[in-house]
Amino acid sequence: MSVATIEGYEVHVNEEGFLTEYDEWNETLALKLAENIGVEMTDRHWEIVRWLRADFKEQGETATTRRTQTVGGFPTKEQFELFPKKPAKKMAYIAGLPKPHGCV
Amino acid sequence: MKQLVVLGAGTAGTIAVNKLLPRLAPGEWKITMVDQSPDHIYQPGFLFIPFGTYQPAEVVKPKEQFIPAGVELVLAEVDRVDAEANVVRLVAGRELAYDYLIIASGTTPRPDQTPGMDDPEVWRKSVHEFYTLEGATALHEALEAFTGGRLVVHITEMPIKCPVAPLEFTFLADAYFKERGIRDQVELIYVTPLEGAFTKPVCSTKLGGMLDVRQITLEPDFMIERVDAAARMIVSMDEREIPFDLLVTVPLNMGADFVARSGLGNELNYVPVDKHTLLSKAYDNIFAIGDASDIPASKAGSVAHFSMDLFPENFLNHVAGRPMTAMFDGHANCFIESGDGKGLLIDFNYTTEPMPGKYPLPGVGPFTLLAETQTNHWGKLMFRWMYWNLLLPGKDLPLPALMSMAGKRTEG
Repeated sequence: MSVATIEGYEVHVNEEGFLTEYDEWNETLALKLAENIGVEMTDRHWEIVRWLRADFKEQGETATTRRTQTVGGFPTKEQFELFPKKPAKKMAYIAGLPKPHGCV
Repeated sequence: MKQLVVLGAGTAGTIAVNKLLPRLAPGEWKITMVDQSPDHIYQPGFLFIPFGTYQPAEVVKPKEQFIPAGVELVLAEVDRVDAEANVVRLVAGRELAYDYLIIASGTTPRPDQTPGMDDPEVWRKSVHEFYTLEGATALHEALEAFTGGRLVVHITEMPIKCPVAPLEFTFLADAYFKERGIRDQVELIYVTPLEGAFTKPVCSTKLGGMLDVRQITLEPDFMIERVDAAARMIVSMDEREIPFDLLVTVPLNMGADFVARSGLGNELNYVPVDKHTLLSKAYDNIFAIGDASDIPASKAGSVAHFSMDLFPENFLNHVAGRPMTAMFDGHANCFIESGDGKGLLIDFNYTTEPMPGKYPLPGVGPFTLLAETQTNHWGKLMFRWMYWNLLLPGKDLPLPALMSMAGKRTEG
């Protein structure tokens, strides 16, 4: 873990650049994070990111793409359109959350 | 008398009852188990049936044989659990009241959840799975008849039961076609929703290398949208198309439907529990064990086994109103068949990924971790005997329940 400065904010990040402190995130930061991975944020992107943040707060873990579809109501197909190739990873990165562990 | 109802008489449910019963005061508890099938299947054997190494009859025994005297086994389907009323309702109409409930109903492949996958034109013809006895047997026939073309091994979505099994299947298929002298006629493709061959970085690199050496193509980050039965290809959410002559898929895995009907499950019908004690997050008198829970560990017999070593102590403390002190660490231990009479062994938990080194085991070991050896292959074959004779009856195995760092190499 290390400290990085993004858009003037000092934040804790892991070796892959994911924020590790839930409360260090804000939407200005998220814009920059999105830019880092080539995602241009639209209203729909924000809806998903805000839902992921809220769900994490309740559940204590990052939603999988399936949960984002069935509970959040964002079809998996759309997640792939908005966050190409690796939606789960990209959504978590922009939302300042850990990578979801559907994978053990 | 207190009533304990156990839903599911598979690996976890059977071990739990066998370990718990001797520790319960005689005459104080009535234990009832519910399961739909009279057959107990040695599920690690599914991997070997497609290649003709095991015959279906070699992996099945009557469940009754492993249920201790005094425990009632009811063969029935569960309609739902009424957790507010502490009652289990069976489809046939019978009701079972409980003081404590253990949900051990596992996870099941669900080809119906992916459009086109169970299309009768292709299902069990050119599209197969090997997580059921019927499926593994049908796949054996398909492999015998296969003379060349594109064999695609595919994982629908994580988590799946025994996450290393599709890789093992791929390695064994490579060896099988070499043995038949037609490997050069077969194109092998491994398609996964993960970023690499496996989930944990060190292991993923090692196993990915093993795919390369065998000239098996890895197609990562593939989230399936549908099976196109007519065109014989799988199509991803981002419109990638992979044609196949023979598709061996691991369908979406889901917990039992009664879990969903009872309002006890998450989006995949797994019961949310505390990952260290397996106690339901919603009800103080319900535990979910084995594959039926949502713990972030491998869905595997070894996890069921290790967690059940700790379970009786916790159960007794909880029932007596004392705090549960045995904290499960997500320990998993898997032999990985790699073909040609060799295998790997991996040993890991919630926080420690598989790493190389030695796995000490008095009398038989040490086994070599994360490297291919013949001893590991024999360990896997020997395990079937241990499963029937030691593990299911709840006898102690000389393996620690919690993961140990002894022998593991942590550098690099």
